[in-house]
Amino acid sequence: MTTAPLIEVEDLRIDLDGRSSRVAAVEDVSFRIERGETFGLVGESGCGKSITALALIGLLRRPLSVASGAIRFEGREIQSLSAAEQRDLRGDRIAMIFQEPMTALNPVSPVGRQIAEMFVLHKGKSWREANQLAVEALASVRVPAPERRVNDYPHQLSGGMRQRVMIAIALACGPDLLIADEPTTALDVTVQAEIIELMRNLCAERGTAILMISHDLGLVANVCRRVAVMYAGRIVEQRGSDEIFRACAHPYTQGLVDSLPRLGTRAAHGRSRLREIAGVVPAIADFPSGCRFNPRCAQATEICRTTAPETTWLDAGGLVRCHHHA
Amino acid sequence: MHEAAMRPGDDVILSVQDLAVHFPIGGSLLGHGQRLLRAVDGVDLELKRGECLGLVGESGCGKSTVALSLLGLLTPTRGRIVMDGQPVSGKQSGDRKALARIVQMVFQDPYASLNPRQTVRRTLEDPLRLHGVTARSEIEGRLEAMLKHVGLRPEQAGRYPHEFSGGQRQRIGIARALILNPKIVICDEPVSALDVSIRAQIINLLLELKETLGLSYIMISHDLGVVEHMSDRVAVMYLGRIVETGGWREIFERPAHPYTRTLIAAIPDPLRRAPLATTKGELPNPLNPPDGCAFAPRCRHAEAVCQRAPVPSLETRPDGHAVRCWRADDIAGEAFADAALT
Repeated sequence: MTTAPLIEVEDLRIDLDGRSSRVAAVEDVSFRIERGETFGLVGESGCGKSITALALIGLLRRPLSVASGAIRFEGREIQSLSAAEQRDLRGDRIAMIFQEPMTALNPVSPVGRQIAEMFVLHKGKSWREANQLAVEALASVRVPAPERRVNDYPHQLSGGMRQRVMIAIALACGPDLLIADEPTTALDVTVQAEIIELMRNLCAERGTAILMISHDLGLVANVCRRVAVMYAGRIVEQRGSDEIFRACAHPYTQGLVDSLPRLGTRAAHGRSRLREIAGVVPAIADFPSGCRFNPRCAQATEICRTTAPETTWLDAGGLVRCHHHA
Repeated sequence: MHEAAMRPGDDVILSVQDLAVHFPIGGSLLGHGQRLLRAVDGVDLELKRGECLGLVGESGCGKSTVALSLLGLLTPTRGRIVMDGQPVSGKQSGDRKALARIVQMVFQDPYASLNPRQTVRRTLEDPLRLHGVTARSEIEGRLEAMLKHVGLRPEQAGRYPHEFSGGQRQRIGIARALILNPKIVICDEPVSALDVSIRAQIINLLLELKETLGLSYIMISHDLGVVEHMSDRVAVMYLGRIVETGGWREIFERPAHPYTRTLIAAIPDPLRRAPLATTKGELPNPLNPPDGCAFAPRCRHAEAVCQRAPVPSLETRPDGHAVRCWRADDIAGEAFADAALT
């Protein structure tokens, strides 16, 4: 038990049921997260990063479903658990925070009650005890005057404060894994910096592992130790965050880094035309055959159009899926 | 006015003086107990022909209110806006049609800002007809030329927005903004709703069009990387006022206001894993702004002087770099890189 990784995803395939057809929205996705580790999933909208996370906590609903592969939490297969066992895991051992706290929080319930509920449901506390713990939880995410704020409704709080409440709810039961799906996309950069510091510090103190999902390469590189880049339902590159954007092995990762107007580039090198990635992100029903990036890739050859590349393990650690990897 | 602005040929296409937009909030029918939200409070801006002015700041700082005032969609409480030689604030602001030929806007969300029931042709033709272009051949010619300018094929004109990808939709949004040959284009977060791999295409297109069509831009964005890449000059807003303005190099290499420094150092970079700069708290409630400098409650350099009225004035240096901070001289010596790491 102790040797099993905290979470292990193996050859995960998630299908999307259409009226007449079934397509794989996520395919061949494998990764593992150790206890206390920070792992990032980066990719554009529609690449499958969010539904991969939902699969981890057993929240996929029709028309999406896990078609094959395994998700193991401490060695136990999540798919084989009963609905009640999954519910016990969710919120208690695995918690999640979402992009838009205004829609994730209940608008007609005071925030204190929404935090207290966690202690009542998962820890068997009385409401009286739970309410007291809710004040402490709000204090731990540095909400000023927590004993008054517990009575506030979500609309009375600012965006940053609401996301703090989300974090308080998520960390209430001391989970082993925190899934953060675009946790700061709706926030201003200065507030984002605060929320990220808070999340990172609290998780480090408590030994909570983080699975962070974002389209922001900079943010993921900043928070996570290891990063997987997803494109059109597959992981194309997975490595340590110090290397992955500095010495990209996959043309898509390289393309993303090159296309960014990074702060300081113009001052150092003058303004040049940004490198573009040609074409568009394919829709799930139109994933191309072979390597899914091939229609947009400058290095694509015949084999890229016909055969999906296998995983190549890199000497420096990590993996890449490309016939012509760097 | 500083030296650079007075060079011959360096003419100003837009000048904004002391622009203020106040919204009355709450109160009874007779106005008792009404409070005033000062969304924009005394903003001066100047845009030169062919220039791109970046307007940055957190949500709620007033940058979109400035944009709406320039478009004539909001009536300013006070101030003077002169666009291409014509005053547009005050009584004359009723003439939206004349204004539409001078200034246009590219919106953030190409999914929400195009009419889903209108073909591209209709979206581009309507403004032309409204402005008196009725000859079939001229409409066709301008439509075709504009589609080519933005990288779409003329035969795509019969399609509806849902038949296009996000990036193509933003190209349609740009074509719609440019079809009347405006002189000024306000770009309000033009790439933030797009996929990361598509953004570079649109940024490159906007810069190309600026050159080929001789446009002037006001670029509103929270993405400082995009602003640095595109802008010639930058204005940083905080709670309805400009706190720092200058050439892009001054702002990004030698930022002088503590707020600008914080904004820049809060941006995570994929190739540099430096800790992100944080400030205390969030934007104050604009209905109840702090006395003195509005940034003082969050500023690590704040001293007693900063927390007392009056608000510091925007002090312009000889090079045109202007800063609104009591302690600008004291903290000027502090290297910016160090400030970023606190």
